[in-house]
Amino acid sequence: MAQADHTHGLDHELPILTSTVEKVVNWARQSAIWPAQFGLACCAIEMMAMVASRYDVARFGAEVFRGSPRQSDLMIVAGRLSRKMAPAMRRVYDQMPEPKWVISMGACASVGGVFDNYAIVQGVDQVVPVDVFVPGCPPRPESLIYGIVQLQQKIARSRM
Amino acid sequence: MDAQAIIDKLTPLVPGAAFEAASSVDFATLYVPAGQLIAACQALRDSLNFEVLVEVTAADYLPRAPRYEVVYHLLSVSKRLRLRLKVRVMADGTVPTVQSVYPAAGWLEREVWDMFGIVFDGHPDLRRLLMPEDWEGHPQRKDYPVQIQKAAQTYAPLEVSQEQFQANLERDRVKRTH
Amino acid sequence: MSDIRTETMTVNMGPQHPSTHGVLRLVLELDGEIIQSVIPTIGYLHTGIEKTAEQKKWQQVIPLVERMDYLGAQSNSLAYALSVEKLLGLEMPQRVKDIRVLLAELQRIASHLIWIGTHGLEIGAVSMLFYAVRERELLLNINELIAGFRFFPSYIRIGGLREDLPRGFHAQVQEFLDRFPGKIDEFEGLLTKNDVYKRRTQNVGVITREHAYAWGLVGPIARAGGSDYDVRKYFPYSGYETYDFKVPTATEGDVYARYRVRVAEMRESLKIAKQALDRISPTGVFACDDTRVVPPPKDKVYSEMEALIQHFLIYSQGFTVPAGDAYVPVEGPRGEHGCYIVSDGTNRPWRVKMRAPSFMAIQALPTVVQGGLIADVVAVIGSTDVVMGDCDR
Repeated sequence: MAQADHTHGLDHELPILTSTVEKVVNWARQSAIWPAQFGLACCAIEMMAMVASRYDVARFGAEVFRGSPRQSDLMIVAGRLSRKMAPAMRRVYDQMPEPKWVISMGACASVGGVFDNYAIVQGVDQVVPVDVFVPGCPPRPESLIYGIVQLQQKIARSRM
Repeated sequence: MDAQAIIDKLTPLVPGAAFEAASSVDFATLYVPAGQLIAACQALRDSLNFEVLVEVTAADYLPRAPRYEVVYHLLSVSKRLRLRLKVRVMADGTVPTVQSVYPAAGWLEREVWDMFGIVFDGHPDLRRLLMPEDWEGHPQRKDYPVQIQKAAQTYAPLEVSQEQFQANLERDRVKRTH
Repeated sequence: MSDIRTETMTVNMGPQHPSTHGVLRLVLELDGEIIQSVIPTIGYLHTGIEKTAEQKKWQQVIPLVERMDYLGAQSNSLAYALSVEKLLGLEMPQRVKDIRVLLAELQRIASHLIWIGTHGLEIGAVSMLFYAVRERELLLNINELIAGFRFFPSYIRIGGLREDLPRGFHAQVQEFLDRFPGKIDEFEGLLTKNDVYKRRTQNVGVITREHAYAWGLVGPIARAGGSDYDVRKYFPYSGYETYDFKVPTATEGDVYARYRVRVAEMRESLKIAKQALDRISPTGVFACDDTRVVPPPKDKVYSEMEALIQHFLIYSQGFTVPAGDAYVPVEGPRGEHGCYIVSDGTNRPWRVKMRAPSFMAIQALPTVVQGGLIADVVAVIGSTDVVMGDCDR
C-alpha cells in the first residue's frame, strides 16, 4: 500500500491542530475576560491600580473594563455592599449575558470585612453566586491578578 | 471669643433669649432652646458674620432625659471664629429647621432624622437619606442593635402603584395605534 | 405645530455608572440635553462606621475611620486623632507633628492624583489616569515602607505614631520630591492649555464664594470661587503655623478654576513636604510620653513590671478619655474634615461623627448643574472630587 500523502500536492504539511470543542471554547473564554466596572469603595481604587501600567491586567486578557454589564463577562465586586445597593447589584448581575463569573474582591465583599453591622451585607454571595474570593483590605493588585488567574484555571476546567 | 461674650452679643438680637454657656475644650459652646434656634441662627449669620454652617449632628444620651442633643457647628471666615450650638431635645421632641437661614442644613437634618428619628419642623423633604427608603428604625439610636440578622434584599421595590402601572400600560397602548 | 406635545425625559444615572465616582444615583430630568432638575440619591455605600465605632475602643476606631474617605485616609485618621488628643489634653513633640504634616501632605498629593486621573478620564483624556496612577504608586510605596500597607497604614495613632520611621525613608521621599515637579508639568502640559479641555470646563458649573458658603462648601471648591479659607492657615494644627506656603485661589469658580487650584495645591504640598522632610531626623521620638495612652517600648515590657502592666492595660481594656466633646478640623484634600467626638469618660467613644465635605458637595450639586448639559454633570462631579465613602460613611 502506498504511503498516505499528507501533503495533498503542496510542499509542506497542512497546518491542522486537533482538539476538543470544550478545550478551545474554554481557552477562548478564559483568555479574554472583560470585567464590568463595579467598583464600590476602596477596593475600586486598587482595581484601578491593577488596570494601570504597573500591574497591567491587560496582559491577562482583561483588556477593557466595560461600562455596560451587557458587554462584559466578569463582575468584580470591589468594595463593601450596603443593603441599599444589593438590589442594584443583583440587577447588574442579571443583565450580564451567560457565561458570566463573579470575583468577590476584598474582605468586605467576601464576608463583610471589618463592618459587621446593620448596613453591610455580610458577603456578596448572599446576592450573587461567587466563583473566586480574593481576601485583603484592600487586596494588593497582585492578589487580584492571582484571583483572575485562578478564575482562568477554573474556566479551563469547566464543562460545556 | 468665648461663650459668654457671644451670649452678650446675641442676647439683644434675639427676643426672649435664654442661652446657656457650656464648658468645652476647643471653642465656644452654647445651649440654645429649640424655640429660639432660627432667630439665633439668623442673628449669627447676619450680624455676627457666621457665614458657614459646617455641620449638624446629634448625639443620643439614652438613659438621660433630655435624650438627644442636636449639635450645630458654625464657622465665621471673616472673624476666624468657630461656634457650637447645642439644642436639647426630648425623646419625641422636634426641632425647627434652619434651612431657611443656611441652605446647607437640608441634607444634614435629613440625615439626623434618618439616623435618630428627630423630626425637624418645617423641613420640606424629610425622608430617608442613607438607609433604604422602606427601612424601619433609626440606626444610630442607642437602643438599635449594631448587628442585625436580615437577608439581603435582591429586588428593588416597585416604585409605582398598581393603578399607576395599569394607567401607564393603557396610555402606551393608546399611543401605539397611531 | 401647536399640537406637538413635548415633555421632559427622565433619565437615571444609576448607582453603577462609570462616571459617578462611586455609587451615586442621579435622576436627571432633561429637556433635550438641557438639565431641568437633578435629584441625587446617596446612601448606597452607607457603612454604619459611626455606629460600629461606638463598639470599639478608642485606638481601634482608627482603621474604621480611615476607610471613610478612602482616598485621603491619613487625613481622616489625623482628624480623629487630633480630636481625641484635644480631649485628652495631649501635646505632641515637634518631630511627631512634622511627620504628621509630611504624611498629610503626601496624602493630599495622592488624593489629587486620583482626582486628576479620574477627572481627565471622564472628560475624555483617558491617558491621564495612567500617568497619575503611575506617580501614585510611588506614594503607595512610601506608605508600604512605613506601615507595610499601601492604602490604610493606620500609622497616625492617638498619642503619636505607631512606630519610628524605617531606614531608607528619607531617601525614598526625597526621590519622590525630586521627581514630582517635572511630573506636574507633564500633567499640566496635557490639560491646562488643551483646547478641548478648556472648552469642556470653562464657564461650566460655576460656584461663587457666597454660594459655596451658603451650602457649607469650604475647601478647594470655595477657594476656586475666591475664598482664602484654609484650615491650615486659619486654625493651624499640628505645627502648620511654622511652615511657609501659600494657599492657591482663583476667582472664576468654574471647573477650570478648580482644576487650577488643585494643581497649584499639589505644588504647595510639595513645598511643605520638602520643609517637613528637612526637619525630621531619621530616628527619634515618635509618640508623646503619656504612658496611659502610648504603649511602652517592648524591651521595657519584658523587663519592668510597670511597663508590663501598662502594656497590658492599654491593649486589653484601652485608655479612657475624659468626658466632653471636641471637634478639631483639618484641611483634607476635599475640604474641611473634622471628627466630632463625644466621650462619656469610658474606654469607648460615645459618638463619633465625621464631617464629610463630599456630602455637602453632592447636596449642592442640583443648584450647580441646573440649566447645563448632561456632559457638564460629569465634569462638575469630577471637579468637586466627591468620594462616596466620605459622603455616605
